[in-house]
Amino acid sequence: MAKTAAARGRELDRAGLDDAQLVAMLRNMLLQRQLDNRGFQLNRQGKIPFALGSEGHEAVQAGAAAAFKRGADILVPYYRDLGLALGVGMTPFEILSSLFARRTDRSMGRQFPNHYTNRDLGVMSISSIIAGHCTHAVGAAAAMAYRNERGRAVVCTTGEGATSQGEWHESVNYAAVHTLPIVFLVQNNEWAISTPQDMQMKVANVADKAPGYGIPGVVCDGFSPIATYKVMHDALERARSGGGPTIVEAKCYRFLSHSTDDDDRTYRSREIIEERRKLDPVPRFEAVLIEAGVIDDARAKALKADVLRETNEATDAAEAQPYPTVESLYENITAEDYAPWRHWQ
Amino acid sequence: MTAVAQSEQTVTMTNVEAVRTTLHDALVRDDRVLIMGEDVGARGNVFLITKGFLEEFGAQRVVDTPLAEASIVGIAVGMAMEGLRPIAEIQFADFIYPAFNQIVGEAAKTRYRSNGDYTCPLVIRTPYGGGVRGALSHSVSIEALFYHVPGLTILAPSTPADIKGLLNAAIACPDPVLFLEHKKTYRSVKGEVPGGYYTIPIGKADVKKPGTDLTVVSYGYNLHQALDAASRLDGDGISVEVVDLRSIRPMDKTTILESVRKTRKLLIVHEDNKFGGIGAEISAMVAEEALFELDAPIRRLAGPDVPAMGYALPLEEEFMISTDEMVDAMRSLVTF
Repeated sequence: MAKTAAARGRELDRAGLDDAQLVAMLRNMLLQRQLDNRGFQLNRQGKIPFALGSEGHEAVQAGAAAAFKRGADILVPYYRDLGLALGVGMTPFEILSSLFARRTDRSMGRQFPNHYTNRDLGVMSISSIIAGHCTHAVGAAAAMAYRNERGRAVVCTTGEGATSQGEWHESVNYAAVHTLPIVFLVQNNEWAISTPQDMQMKVANVADKAPGYGIPGVVCDGFSPIATYKVMHDALERARSGGGPTIVEAKCYRFLSHSTDDDDRTYRSREIIEERRKLDPVPRFEAVLIEAGVIDDARAKALKADVLRETNEATDAAEAQPYPTVESLYENITAEDYAPWRHWQ
Repeated sequence: MTAVAQSEQTVTMTNVEAVRTTLHDALVRDDRVLIMGEDVGARGNVFLITKGFLEEFGAQRVVDTPLAEASIVGIAVGMAMEGLRPIAEIQFADFIYPAFNQIVGEAAKTRYRSNGDYTCPLVIRTPYGGGVRGALSHSVSIEALFYHVPGLTILAPSTPADIKGLLNAAIACPDPVLFLEHKKTYRSVKGEVPGGYYTIPIGKADVKKPGTDLTVVSYGYNLHQALDAASRLDGDGISVEVVDLRSIRPMDKTTILESVRKTRKLLIVHEDNKFGGIGAEISAMVAEEALFELDAPIRRLAGPDVPAMGYALPLEEEFMISTDEMVDAMRSLVTF
């Protein structure tokens, strides 16, 4: 453990990230894992109707979030983006308010879990229609370009299945034609519910589609937060400085079923998951940081205890909140002061 | 480049000119406004509505999009969510189907699903309707397909003055608006348009001709035929009140009910298919609110329930409602 900083630096390609940033990435990954498990636990306890897991995506999202510029960039996530949501500033209490569908949820208990919205943080509201949000992400990037706002960019995320959608194609194409400041981050976990990648596309990598749009496509190790950070950092910097869009494909894996309503035993063998679990990015990154001397065992333990405490507190606090009032069902259909809908309906 | 508003004086113009000058002046008035769609730039739109705009306002504000309707609307949704005021054009209403999810599932639900965190002040303009030999895919009426969607405003003004006022209102509206322009009225309908900026309230119908014996509710090209039919009946001493719906949704219940309570008879005329159409909703509303004040069954005159009008002239004519048919329907209802 008694290594000098210089020695550590040689062993760990830290992509310019300092110790505090590396630890923040690990903490984000631990918190994702904890909150993911909490969602499934609460569902199995009958306390919430539904949860989606991001297990296996922790590294991608911690890395991408570290490259996101708060207060400038916009995130247009998909529904498996817990770590990105946390990484750009959303709190476990917000996540759990959504899981419990409580009044403190930003959508007031309307949205499905994992469908975040937080305009203050630049997290755009999405629906569940796969890739529909990619066009909105392009619109947001077009708005930045329209106002000549250099130094800002959009992160638009999807899984690999979404790249089969016409709207994904239309979005990437438009962004390319107009050289818009956007990064299409594809988290390739190999499965779209039960459909494997080779039933979605003929190419080995989503990034292989990029030349068809005349833009760069990059593949990165989505089990490494530093590798993902590096690629996302470069792509976002390029976008922010007017260089146009990039497709970033982060190879990861979906360890859990699609959701609490899915049973992946019907289409996927246990052996393959066990095999892939050996590369689980969360313990792996913990080991990397210990090995490099960034943290020690005690610090790792303390981080885990801390995210458990935070998750427990947020669970209790969110569960204690009231449901939205039934009157709220009738609110925010149109603007409150938009008289026609109120008086002539 | 100093752009100057084009419509300061009261002038007589066609419907298509009203669309054009209103769009032009919106671009002059508000930096957040931009127009995007297929062939709106160099070509100036297939009806020449935006001709010259590209030169005057530049490619940032008059955007020739790739040929992809879902993303024309979807990208405009994203722009609207981020503070711009896009006016997205679907070249023909018939081409709007690929954008159905973006309109119904995204634009109309943005405010609701985020509980007001995000809004979608977006205008989608599109020419619709038949009688121009447009065959199956350049003639459709689409209003009923979108009518069912809470949060979506649908406007279909029929005169130049109404087009200007309602298009201005649509652009100022904080929520998504589907703005329908009947192609056959583009150059066939002319009227006086007041100068300067004004809006007409969304959700307000307009009594285009007062009368006492029968209420006719219509919009679009049919409205002008209904006015002709009503004038013909004037000579026979039959007094028909013609209500221009203008705003398909929200529906102006007050004006419709006031008229029906006065005349005690209701005819609804629209080109869109009859089954599950706008007329069905108006009929149901009047039946719920004023059934026992009626002196005759409610009558609907509407497009037939066939998939589309044909290209061959007789097939198109058979689909379209003629003014004679309207005269007959009005007469038979008055003498019921």
